[in-house]
Amino acid sequence: MVIAKRPPPELFKPATNAWTQPFWDAAARHLLLVAQCTDCGACRMPPTPFCPACQSQQIDWRTLSGMGEVYSYTVVERAILPGMTDHLPYVPAVITLEGGGGVRLISNVVDVALDELVIGMKVMVVWDDLSEGVAVPRFTPWAR
Amino acid sequence: MIRDQTAIVGLGATPYYRRGMSAPQTLEELVGKSILAAVQDAGLMVRDIDGFAYFAGGFDTALLAETLGMPEIRFSATLTGTGGGSAGAIGLASAAIVSGQAEVVVCVGANQQGAQRFGSITAAYPATPENAFFSAAGLVGPGHMFALLARRHMHLYGTTREDFAEVALSTRANAVTNPNATLRQPMSSEDYFKAPMLADPHCLYDFCLENDGAVAVIVTSAQRARDLRQRPVRILAGCHGGSRDWGRSIYWMNMPDESFASSGHSAVAKRLYAAAGVEPQDIDVAQIYDHFTSQVIMQLEDYGFCEKGEGGPFVRSGAIRRQGGTLPVNTDGGQLSCGYVWGMTHVREAVEQLRGVAANQVEGARLALVTGGPSIIPVSGLILAN
Repeated sequence: MVIAKRPPPELFKPATNAWTQPFWDAAARHLLLVAQCTDCGACRMPPTPFCPACQSQQIDWRTLSGMGEVYSYTVVERAILPGMTDHLPYVPAVITLEGGGGVRLISNVVDVALDELVIGMKVMVVWDDLSEGVAVPRFTPWAR
Repeated sequence: MIRDQTAIVGLGATPYYRRGMSAPQTLEELVGKSILAAVQDAGLMVRDIDGFAYFAGGFDTALLAETLGMPEIRFSATLTGTGGGSAGAIGLASAAIVSGQAEVVVCVGANQQGAQRFGSITAAYPATPENAFFSAAGLVGPGHMFALLARRHMHLYGTTREDFAEVALSTRANAVTNPNATLRQPMSSEDYFKAPMLADPHCLYDFCLENDGAVAVIVTSAQRARDLRQRPVRILAGCHGGSRDWGRSIYWMNMPDESFASSGHSAVAKRLYAAAGVEPQDIDVAQIYDHFTSQVIMQLEDYGFCEKGEGGPFVRSGAIRRQGGTLPVNTDGGQLSCGYVWGMTHVREAVEQLRGVAANQVEGARLALVTGGPSIIPVSGLILAN
């Protein structure tokens, strides 16, 4: 049984602006947030300066449950950069966030047996603390 | 409308070098060689060139004009985005000519890959607030990202790896008989399935090549084209753009479910056919941007050669085979097996098909479709005729 690992942490290149900072600040505290338009209620990911539905700049940050569903995934089995080898295989995935109004997060499914991976799999967030004040959300199956 | 007001009159290319083998030539040198070859092919002089229409960041017009000796430049513009604009740059050239801003416009694409390979290009992108939302996931290159779309397509429509294999095998069969192709050894289904899996469901042969090289074409008015050396290849339509719902596509992955497992071309495709005044069934030969086999299948759907979700069965039926197919696709061997120059190889092959001089000539080819790379918008398409 092959278990999905985590991609090399150095691939994450943190950078923020005023619109994304609240997401990463919450991530550091292991809270998963979504940006919701105050005016029309549409959610968006990643958080950007304008609501694409109504162009409003007012955001309510909502805390999500951290549950989600695998929308799609790939299994990376081949190192194409130095330093990847020890991290293979890993599973980049698109996760539909529960309560997020349909928005998806690009993340990973970790600690899952590759032969159990399936679109629609129920997953829950786990947090990887990469450095002081920097954490990234990844997902792992919860119904086992 | 630009329909039939402009034509491709010159075509030039360097050899398709294996990645890194074009040294000690510089990238600008490769670009210059392809332009000079295209000028000569057209029966024009370098001093006739007065415009440049680029895509994917383009090149340094000032340096090219200075280096090659072009006395006056009247138009120099680049489509935004990346490889999505390869076909659309021709439309940009047509727009410049039809609007009277320039008379003889060069479109050129080139690669030279040194330390940075396309396969891992997204890992080299700068740290930006937007990129932070995918970099942690280990999506190192476009092949990883498009694998997510391919997997979704398989889930929704029952597309299989056998379908991806048919794209790889039919394309290789074309390369085998093209002397210019990089990979000319025949490939069997067994070879395909034995290849290492790089990003499930994409194996090695679902990925395009990485070549060094340059391809240039010269566009001018239909009127001026009549007096030049080559039989003009008429530009019926060249369109670029795309829907907000597709947007940054693989870099945000929030496309609506209806378009997630697609090539993002459907809006451009509709506009392109309308502008050209033709239908999908009129197309004789199609050069479909093949960075990944799965995206060929999704473009065949978006360009209306089959219904949405039917791309797998469509290719499995043999439809895209040069021999026995209804729509010969990537007749030079494509970017999968012939050469990868950011989509400009597809423009070259369409021109050669319509001139009747292609290595794998499709008998009676009159209408050719060329697509730009499925990528962030703008994506683009081009319909040419002889």
